[in-house]
Amino acid sequence: MRIGIPDDGGPLVPATPATTARLVGLGYDVVVAAGAGSGAGFPDAAYQAAGAAVVPDAEAWSADVVAITRAPDALATPGPAGLRPGARGPDGLRIGAVLIAQIAPAARPDLVRALANRGVTALALDAVPRISRAQSLDVLSALSNVAGYRAVVEAAAEFGGMFSGQVTAAGTTPPANVFVIGAGVAGLAAIGAAGSLGAQVRAFDVRPEAAEQIESMGATVVRADDAAQQVSADGYASALTADQEAAALRAYAVEAAAADIVITTALVRGTAPTTITAEMVATMRPGSVIVDLAAPGGGNCELTVPGRRVVSDNGVVILGWTDLPDRMPRHTSELLGTAVANLVQLGTPGRDGRLVLDPEDVVVRGMTVAAGGEVLWPPPPVAVSAPTAPGGPGSVAAPDRTAPGSRHARPAAGGARPASPMVRNGLLALGGLLAVLAVAASPAEQAAHFTVLALAVVVGFYVISHVSHALHTPLMSQTNAISGIILVGGMLQIGSSDPVVTTLAVLASTVASINIFGGFLVTHRMLGMFRRGDAAEGSNR
Amino acid sequence: MTVESVVQAVYLVAAVLFVLSLAGLSKQETARRGVLLGMTGMGLALAATVALALDRSERPVGVTAGLILLVLLVGAAVGTWRARTVEMTQMPELIALLHSFVGAAAVLVGFGSYLTEPHTRGAGSTVHLVEVFLGVLIGAVTFTGSVVAFGKLSARLRSSPLMLPGRNWLNLAAVVACGGLLWWFLAAGSAGLLPLLLMTVVALALGWHLVAAIGGGDMPVVVSMLNSYSGWAAAAAGFMLGNDLLIITGALVGSSGAILSYLMCRAMNRSFVSVILGGFGAGTGAVAQGGVAEPGSYRETTALEVADRLTAARSVIVVPGYGMAVAKAQYPVADLVARLTARGTTVRFGIHPVAGRLPGHMNVLLAEAKVPYDQVLGMDEINDDLPGTDVVLVIGANDTVNPAAQDDPASPIAGMPVLEVWQAREVVVFKRSMATGYAGVQNPLFFRENTAMLFGDAKDQVELIVQAL
Repeated sequence: MRIGIPDDGGPLVPATPATTARLVGLGYDVVVAAGAGSGAGFPDAAYQAAGAAVVPDAEAWSADVVAITRAPDALATPGPAGLRPGARGPDGLRIGAVLIAQIAPAARPDLVRALANRGVTALALDAVPRISRAQSLDVLSALSNVAGYRAVVEAAAEFGGMFSGQVTAAGTTPPANVFVIGAGVAGLAAIGAAGSLGAQVRAFDVRPEAAEQIESMGATVVRADDAAQQVSADGYASALTADQEAAALRAYAVEAAAADIVITTALVRGTAPTTITAEMVATMRPGSVIVDLAAPGGGNCELTVPGRRVVSDNGVVILGWTDLPDRMPRHTSELLGTAVANLVQLGTPGRDGRLVLDPEDVVVRGMTVAAGGEVLWPPPPVAVSAPTAPGGPGSVAAPDRTAPGSRHARPAAGGARPASPMVRNGLLALGGLLAVLAVAASPAEQAAHFTVLALAVVVGFYVISHVSHALHTPLMSQTNAISGIILVGGMLQIGSSDPVVTTLAVLASTVASINIFGGFLVTHRMLGMFRRGDAAEGSNR
Repeated sequence: MTVESVVQAVYLVAAVLFVLSLAGLSKQETARRGVLLGMTGMGLALAATVALALDRSERPVGVTAGLILLVLLVGAAVGTWRARTVEMTQMPELIALLHSFVGAAAVLVGFGSYLTEPHTRGAGSTVHLVEVFLGVLIGAVTFTGSVVAFGKLSARLRSSPLMLPGRNWLNLAAVVACGGLLWWFLAAGSAGLLPLLLMTVVALALGWHLVAAIGGGDMPVVVSMLNSYSGWAAAAAGFMLGNDLLIITGALVGSSGAILSYLMCRAMNRSFVSVILGGFGAGTGAVAQGGVAEPGSYRETTALEVADRLTAARSVIVVPGYGMAVAKAQYPVADLVARLTARGTTVRFGIHPVAGRLPGHMNVLLAEAKVPYDQVLGMDEINDDLPGTDVVLVIGANDTVNPAAQDDPASPIAGMPVLEVWQAREVVVFKRSMATGYAGVQNPLFFRENTAMLFGDAKDQVELIVQAL
């Protein structure tokens, strides 16, 4: 089958030369529109080198599978354009073709409807179910990461100062205070980027379990316990109750007034709640910067104008860029391209260049928003697999952090039933009693031997318990060597006048002495190999 | 002061040296001194024993001296040859073989002791007969058990468990038979050679069957257990000969092996009894097959890609398993690690207690390849660091990194402590195929999103990565 990469005119391209090579390796013919990768810094020649053909844009649109960054608005216009011969651009999309793109099905029902009418199978890269298996297809997370990073870069460019504190001959400057609202993927990326630039970062998230992740990125957690909420079953934050919202807003007001930079990333199911009110902006210092990552959903800040830079009356800059990932086209394209290649690989189990979409697969089903003329959005709900033991709320961004107790809880396996303590103690007591009786019944000389045995066992237990795991093999060969001490018994019998005994004794002594020599030497050899890391340099001196 | 009393004094010194020797093995820094102390103790004990043997000799002293010299020469020659030439990957076999020698010696010494001592009626005589009987019994079980373990470890025997119908009843029958033979043996007194021989045959069969029923992956426990048995055999010999040095040494070795077996069992979350009774949870296996059957898609990678990731990584943890020993990949792995370390990457090894076929097997292999031991950490030391690690390389390990042990209560390995490699950012699994590990359990790790599979011979693949770096 043929995969087409048209040129959407923007800086991004959903296939890099590297991912193109992967697609070719899966058996596909790849055609790339001339200049499609130029915005991201990938020349046509690089695609050709990766095994793709560079073709006019119209030809790329007519492929069996078309991958593009975003479904263009032109596709939202109704009409079976695919039937028209000589159609250009998006209208060249054939009936039955597979379109892989960001579609935003929740926000664009018209687009989804139109795609269905065109007979296209549409796979939305931004509708990947949140299950761990599908993470490599999840461009939303990847692009959020880029956006969070870029938000800091934009803020730093806009901010009239340095992020890290400096000590110079002419005086010292304090570090910038950055306040991040929402510790999702974008928020965490922003925290990391701001922290690496040297800023003091504080962050807030309504999900209490996000605090651990905030701290792991090196930021201080802003706590507002009244605003805490539980995680929802599908892994996204849900809307707050009125009380929670009021508590959160109080926290935002305090933090925003103290911050030089506010990066707000609160998106609840595609819509942006207000986190920064106009009054809060009024309390901020002139020259402060607000970057509103929720601008595509209308903005978290009341003054945000999506796609625009706005300066408030008191000189606070509010950036409402909606194209933050596009401003890093090279890496964003790589991430998109990898997601597309992963998706195609998922749909090409035979590696034979034939895309087989399994509607039973929850990942494929979740992404398919239109197929066979039908609108298939929204898909049946998929619950996030519970990452921890049922009962405790699990965090989604850091999955499988096992509860501390569970590692030590060791249910017996393999059908072994641990004896109840009472039975065990009873058996121990019985054994002890029998041992005492046996010693009492034996002659006095033997009793002394039993004493030695008991003490030696206890000494052995304590000595061996301290041997480190790493030395267990040498320990074993060493104990093996000294258990060759049975040679003593053999040697004492060699002098016997009975030839049979002498023969037995010679045999016993021989094998035991092999044991002694072999065991000690091999232990010595093994231990000679163990060395410390710094001993290597030391030995040269 | 007689020869006898001097010898007893020397034995005391030797016993103390043995204790100090094992104590020295507790740390890397003192381990070599420990071996030297053990050698010294052994040398003293042997010198004293030679003197005592010559003193007690019922033959011309020259003949006895000659025989002793011969024995020592043969032992030294064979022992030194084996110790020099053995490969570290074959260490489990060598140790199993050496255990069998102790068992064989215990059996022979037991017979010798029975033949030399006069057996008149009386409590003392009965006690001695019991000691002889037990010494031979333990020795014989150790002997054949170790031989089978040796055969399995060196691939001369099939390593899968031998499942005879009613195998536990067979074992029980053998024990009961030995009890009956003991009664006969005590009643017969001096004429008890026949029951003693019969018991030896039964015990040899018992030892064989016991170990034959245990599969290859449980060998760490088996070898530790045989180590323990060989100690008890020596202690029993000490009782029959009235020799405290043998008793002390035997008890030290016996408890050492017992502790190691216990540690191994705990590391697999299995009871000692269930390992000894053989097979792997035959009852639960079938259930688990159904429960864990979640074949998802896995991601394949190439040596070049892995090399790229390693170049970008700041911290790397290598988790080796028996597969590394099989592929003899420890040298290229050490080379890879040395190169990464030289670039400033933090590289460490994480070792599961039961990785390999012998307790501490992986540590020895890595030491052989000149990996510094402070770079090699145990499971408990490294588990907390895994979440902050960029890349984990799993080389030939499977069950010891299986998340099902924690997530899936129905899994046969549920509750077994495992290395939580999946918490790292990325995991690369080196594996020959998608086959299951020893426990026969599918490993959900392979289907995780952050796991990539690198198929092929571990040694070749690691060498390719080294070249790519």
